[in-house]
Amino acid sequence: MSEETKQTEHEHHIVGPGVYVAILLALLVGTALTVWASFLELGPWNPVIALAIATTKAILVVLFFMHVKYSTKLTKLTVMAGIFMFLVLISMTLADYMSRAWGSW
Amino acid sequence: MNGWRARKRKRWPVPDNSAIAHAGQEAITAAHHDDGDNSAHAEHPAYLRHHFESVEQQADTTNFAMWLFLLTEVMFFGGLFLAYLILRNWYYPAFVVGSHQLSIFWGTTNTVTLIASSFTMAMGVWCAETGRRKGLVLSLSLTFALGLVFLGIKSIEYHEKWEKHHIPGLHYSVQSFVNPASDPDIAEYHDKPLNMDMARHTELYFFLYFAMTGMHALHMIIGIGILAFMIYRARAGAYTSGHVTFVENFGLYWHFVDIIWIYLFALLYLISRHQ
Amino acid sequence: MNNNTNSIVDLPDQATARIPQPNFITKENGLLSWLLTGDHKRIAILYLISISFFFFIGGSLAGLIRLELLTPQADLMATDTYNKVFTMHGIIMIFLFLVPSVPATLGNFFIPMMLGAKDLAMPKINLLSWYLYVAGGILALYAMITGGVDTGWTFTTPLSTHYVNTNVITTGFAIFVAGFSSIFTGLNFIVTIHKMRAPGMTWFRLPLFVWAHYAASILMVLGTPVLAIAIVLVMLERAFGIGVFDPAKGGDPLLFQHLFWFYSHPAVYIMILPGMGVINEVISTFSRKRVFGYTAVAFSSVAIAVFGFFVWAHHMFIMGISNYAVLVFSLLTMLVAVPSAIKIFNWTFTLYKGSITFETPMLYAFGFMGLFTIGGMTGVFLGASGTDIHLTETYFIVAHFHFVMVGGMLMAFLAGIHFWWPKMTGRMYPEKISQLAAVVTFIGFNLTFFPQFILGMLGMPRRYASYPPEFQVLNVFSTAGATILGVGYLLPVLYLLWSLKYGEIAGNNPWQATGLEWQTQSPPLTENFTVIPVMDHEAYDYEWLESQKAKEVASAG
Repeated sequence: MSEETKQTEHEHHIVGPGVYVAILLALLVGTALTVWASFLELGPWNPVIALAIATTKAILVVLFFMHVKYSTKLTKLTVMAGIFMFLVLISMTLADYMSRAWGSW
Repeated sequence: MNGWRARKRKRWPVPDNSAIAHAGQEAITAAHHDDGDNSAHAEHPAYLRHHFESVEQQADTTNFAMWLFLLTEVMFFGGLFLAYLILRNWYYPAFVVGSHQLSIFWGTTNTVTLIASSFTMAMGVWCAETGRRKGLVLSLSLTFALGLVFLGIKSIEYHEKWEKHHIPGLHYSVQSFVNPASDPDIAEYHDKPLNMDMARHTELYFFLYFAMTGMHALHMIIGIGILAFMIYRARAGAYTSGHVTFVENFGLYWHFVDIIWIYLFALLYLISRHQ
Repeated sequence: MNNNTNSIVDLPDQATARIPQPNFITKENGLLSWLLTGDHKRIAILYLISISFFFFIGGSLAGLIRLELLTPQADLMATDTYNKVFTMHGIIMIFLFLVPSVPATLGNFFIPMMLGAKDLAMPKINLLSWYLYVAGGILALYAMITGGVDTGWTFTTPLSTHYVNTNVITTGFAIFVAGFSSIFTGLNFIVTIHKMRAPGMTWFRLPLFVWAHYAASILMVLGTPVLAIAIVLVMLERAFGIGVFDPAKGGDPLLFQHLFWFYSHPAVYIMILPGMGVINEVISTFSRKRVFGYTAVAFSSVAIAVFGFFVWAHHMFIMGISNYAVLVFSLLTMLVAVPSAIKIFNWTFTLYKGSITFETPMLYAFGFMGLFTIGGMTGVFLGASGTDIHLTETYFIVAHFHFVMVGGMLMAFLAGIHFWWPKMTGRMYPEKISQLAAVVTFIGFNLTFFPQFILGMLGMPRRYASYPPEFQVLNVFSTAGATILGVGYLLPVLYLLWSLKYGEIAGNNPWQATGLEWQTQSPPLTENFTVIPVMDHEAYDYEWLESQKAKEVASAG
């Protein structure tokens, strides 16, 4: 406990408005990009690009708006754990769905 | 002695032994050799709960708790994302045609609105951290307003779905999908008519649309309610005299709700808009 | 004075001993001081009372089941009613008893004390947890009284969404609410264990009870929300016919099962891990030895939690998942048995060359070790998909999970209650009758559930009110055992309540156990410690305990 308290004391980094404005602009650009991309005919790459842009935006929000870039290791580990569990839910359920003989996979 | 009656204003019976706090402080300051900022330790601020040793511990702890709560939200929405993944892959044509029924104008506006509200929320946290009371009230009020705008647009969209009988389970109609020519809203997409089976599967698309955006909207409503409370307290200076954790932790919740929408926008609105 | 060499019990002189004042029970009076408390110890007592209440309702339902199964015909009640009885028995016992049993009572009470903290990280959330539990429980009872549910506790779709006309939505909502109770408790524990340890209390000095609860809390926090969304979807499907679980509309009923079992398999580890935590403490204390392989036991708790998330579809082998999925989940299920076995080995090695005494908590712990081993091994038979195809949905499954849950978890719960009773109440329970109750429970349990393994192998299906007459003899044994088991569970209620007024004064450390909670008065102060302790010794350090006693004797003399 004492170690983590020390870490927060030294890392109570106040993120300034400049960073926030930059991220805001990046997010707006990303939004425009993803809308534009949905009007293109890219076959199977459409959902990939949409998700890639959405994930990039999410990462920016997590790192900067939610201060994870400046947070303790524990916070970063917690975020990773959440993403990991979500991926386990998706991927292991897909192990069933994708290997069924029927269904349009 | 009826401690709880005497401390009715605080509502929760707390140990009234300030010696505990001091003894605890001594143990901690003895463990820390290079204590940085001592001003918070020296007094016992009113917002420091008695089972914590220091303001830092309280802030750290509540922050961690909020992150864990967000993990539960990830898993909660995760189930819906799983359903979406499976059903979209099974019934892609129905999902394409269904998503054409959503207005890209309103969807993009909503996305921009929420991103802007995340920005104003982050600015609010900065104002709280730097003691800017008026800035904090302004930021929270803007966030609140943008949240209301989002919900207003959502209700316009939901109303339109109601008018067109596209709400699952409530007189759902597949007319627009077996005969796209009858629906002027989607003329630009030149959708081919679906067979009856696939047309019925559009109901699953709309179930996901309402379940996911509805669950999201519910979280927005709760967030806006808390924002109202926060604006009221912020005006009294509650968050600009050192106790910023409430604003910070609410900010985490608000940004999370924004992230969910970023994915919902991509998955529900942008399935395939090419003509 | 320790008069009996066959017992480590060390009580103060009863002529002069008094319950120490103030303590958390007497500090404040009045109903509202309990109902609005933030004190984790009071909340634990509130939970203990409510959990016991639901246990006896669930137990009565079990009695009805066994009564019906005395005869091959469905003659005690209509088959529809029987369906409702076993459904409610399952729901109450799992969600309203087993899941909160050890964490909400003993965990709530002792985790802060074991950490050297004054309370859990979020006392108000703790109280909210209890209210959510009570609300969920009342709603479940309301659903039961106004018609019940008959889908089985597993709410399998499309039966629950399209074919029954019972109170599925109400019961589903009740579990949804109770689930949040579980989430908040787990959240509180994780945060407290990370952030509120006393100076010197490193992770590897924590009692293994805390490690077990940490692992269970991870499961609670990450698994329960998926159950929540599964229930929401069932409610929506029933109310609006959205089609997500309806094959006619293109939905998939198996999707519900994936979401449901994604939680419900980790749920069994949520139920058992805290019990294993209790066993650590009991076996160590009554062998006077530190737990063998502390690190292995600590890591195996976390391993059970992690691997527990990867095996859920072994509940779905015959439900229509692909053969590939069956293969994958069956292999992973073999893996998850390993950490549990590691714990059993470590406890056995703890016992080896220990100074073993047979007080009541230890009797329950021995019962746990034997019965959980049997239950666990039969789980391996079920994890192998080839045998599972024959044994699933038979009484073999019923026997398997009752061995681990009742023979395992419930015994661990009783072990914990008896072990910490003196600390919570300041009084000892009567030893002889409690040992008798433990033995009666063990005998009753085996007579009730062992025949069910045989019934399952012979092919008797579960969830049926009637059965072929050749199964009757074993069913009669099972019901007879259930009667004995009922006596075994009733006795503790009686003598524990008796002990509140007439039990011997326990003193601080009647078991001479290690652990910070035993260094304080019994019952503890509201604030637990007047001075936050500094932890300067390892866990289960009996030498340190000896040196403390020597210091006390020296200073008294």
